[in-house]
Amino acid sequence: MVPVNYYIILSAVLFTIGALGVLIRRNPLIIFMSVELMLNAANLAFVAFASLRGSLTGQIFVFFVMTVAAAEVAVGLALIVQIFKARHSINVDEMNNLKG
Amino acid sequence: MTMTIDLILFLILAVVAVASALGMLLSRIAVYSALFLVLNFGTVAVFYLLLGAPFIAIAQVTVYAGAIMVLFLFVIMLLGAEQLAPGKALPWQRPLAVLLAVTLIVEAAYLLISRGAAAGTITSPGIALNDMDSLRALGKALFTQYLLPFEATSILLLVAMLGAIVLTKPANGGRK
Repeated sequence: MVPVNYYIILSAVLFTIGALGVLIRRNPLIIFMSVELMLNAANLAFVAFASLRGSLTGQIFVFFVMTVAAAEVAVGLALIVQIFKARHSINVDEMNNLKG
Repeated sequence: MTMTIDLILFLILAVVAVASALGMLLSRIAVYSALFLVLNFGTVAVFYLLLGAPFIAIAQVTVYAGAIMVLFLFVIMLLGAEQLAPGKALPWQRPLAVLLAVTLIVEAAYLLISRGAAAGTITSPGIALNDMDSLRALGKALFTQYLLPFEATSILLLVAMLGAIVLTKPANGGRK
């Protein structure tokens, strides 16, 4: 018997760590991983509430979030590879124009 | 308050999850960050099992810890991404980020606990996890009520695949 609040607090903690990673890291790959962590924290909250209510909708939504995350990672990593090829650097501080 | 097995398991896994997330955040080498994140995804998959969502747990292991993190590791090793020089970050950026993160977690915890379904406990399923009923119900919902979003995700994945191929094509190969 675990109170659902514990899951929600854990989800909030993981989400905050992800947000902190986006804010303080300069490596776009780490920033990307932090975004994945935030998506994962949201998924945990979805499944916790779905389990609490005995409903399947939360689980199905998590399935869709996973699909979108997979698509996002494929395109995002391709972009990072291309930016590295063009500029020989992946520091986000230097990605300040759209001309490539 | 009696410490049940569920609660002990939850606390141990929560410590592992938070510690691996912090390790992902703080380690200086990108490969270590990716491996910490794999550990984090694994613990979250066990949480899904505790919450009675076996399909989501297995999908988490295969999609996140398998496919996505392998892709990350490939790109990290392809780019040699840990050679990123410690650049000149803004001096006030880190304290401001910590302050904003603390604000975020305080208000998120307050709102979720006060407005969410505050009272309620989750009993993790025992042997019930092993029968096919939950999977059958999930598949039925996915292919009847949620059929249109399901098909939309297939198109989304196709578009993402095409986008990745087009983006990583050699620059001179694209121009005729």
